[in-house]
Amino acid sequence: MADSIRLKVSRYRPDTDSEPHWQEYDVPLRKEWTVLDGLNHVKNEIDTTLSFRWSCRMGICGSCGMTVDGEPKLTCGTFLSDYAPGPVMIEPLANFPVVRDLVVDLSDFMEKLPRVKPWIIRDDDHRTVEPDVEYLQTPEELDAYKQFSMCINCMLCYSACPVYGLDPEFIGPAAIALAERYDLDSRDRGGRQRLDVLIEHEGVWGCTFVGECTRVCPKHVDPASAIQRYKLKAAMETVKAFLLPRGAR
Amino acid sequence: MTELRLYRRPVSTWWWTRKRSYFVFVMRELSSIFVAWFVAYLVLFVYAVGRGEAAYQRFLDWASSPWVTVLNVVALVFVLLHTVTWFTLTPQAMAVRVMGRRVPAWQIIVGQYGGLAVVSGFVFWLVTR
Repeated sequence: MADSIRLKVSRYRPDTDSEPHWQEYDVPLRKEWTVLDGLNHVKNEIDTTLSFRWSCRMGICGSCGMTVDGEPKLTCGTFLSDYAPGPVMIEPLANFPVVRDLVVDLSDFMEKLPRVKPWIIRDDDHRTVEPDVEYLQTPEELDAYKQFSMCINCMLCYSACPVYGLDPEFIGPAAIALAERYDLDSRDRGGRQRLDVLIEHEGVWGCTFVGECTRVCPKHVDPASAIQRYKLKAAMETVKAFLLPRGAR
Repeated sequence: MTELRLYRRPVSTWWWTRKRSYFVFVMRELSSIFVAWFVAYLVLFVYAVGRGEAAYQRFLDWASSPWVTVLNVVALVFVLLHTVTWFTLTPQAMAVRVMGRRVPAWQIIVGQYGGLAVVSGFVFWLVTR
């Protein structure tokens, strides 16, 4: 194994650059080094002006998502040795505006996420419930939504989704997967409220089932599945509303 | 607060040629045109049969012309792609539960091919009996 590898990093400095350009750095190639380790080496030893986001280094926080050799990846879980002899191309996540270097602006998602009400909605008034009441759940009930609760909002799915790239109005894979996570929760009663948001064109029907969101998801959430299941639900509701116009929901 | 000068990257018209998975997706979308063509072809076929022997013979002559044959071969390839890709995607769209347990993806896929075989067998029997 060679002892160094070249990183080709996309740089964009808003105060001086009109568009991004490439900059190359040679970093040590070690078996246990991830792309994030390489970037941190650049930041600490070679070029302190390089900007990128990271936090936990263990695939939990979801902040170090970048495009590595054209694929959206969590850089803390992507090993440099898999790209030897290099060079490794590192770009910001696709489909998001670039703030600086490898940092993207996520405000669009931050605005969209609360629209699907990703929290437990109950019919009963909180003030009337005993403060120490727990809503018990069986292991089977937990299993029903657990997969969708693993989302860490890393935005790799938005970056991989061509529909989101072409139509930024699309609410997107992670938001719908999180809606499904609460819909499938036995403690939740908010399905109707979420359906009203997701049944719109920019909701589930925007999705054309490319399936890339599922392929790139580092937590195996399978957002594509959540979206298709939601479509089925939305279609059933429409049929029901047509056959039983007077209610019986 | 300082105004951010964000850089928005343009999406190329040819985005779908850059990755194999995007290309297969676009081909799958395109395949629906050929599915529609097969439906139209079948309607024309049934219509010709309904109008008697002369009309049926005219339809056969038209259907065996080179351009219709080429079109049908291309359409068949796309319809096969359509079938295979959608069969593969079905387990993602449907979480089937039998007696409280989730049916594994491969069983749903095999079930669909089984269904296709049964229907094809029935059609074959109907045509050749």
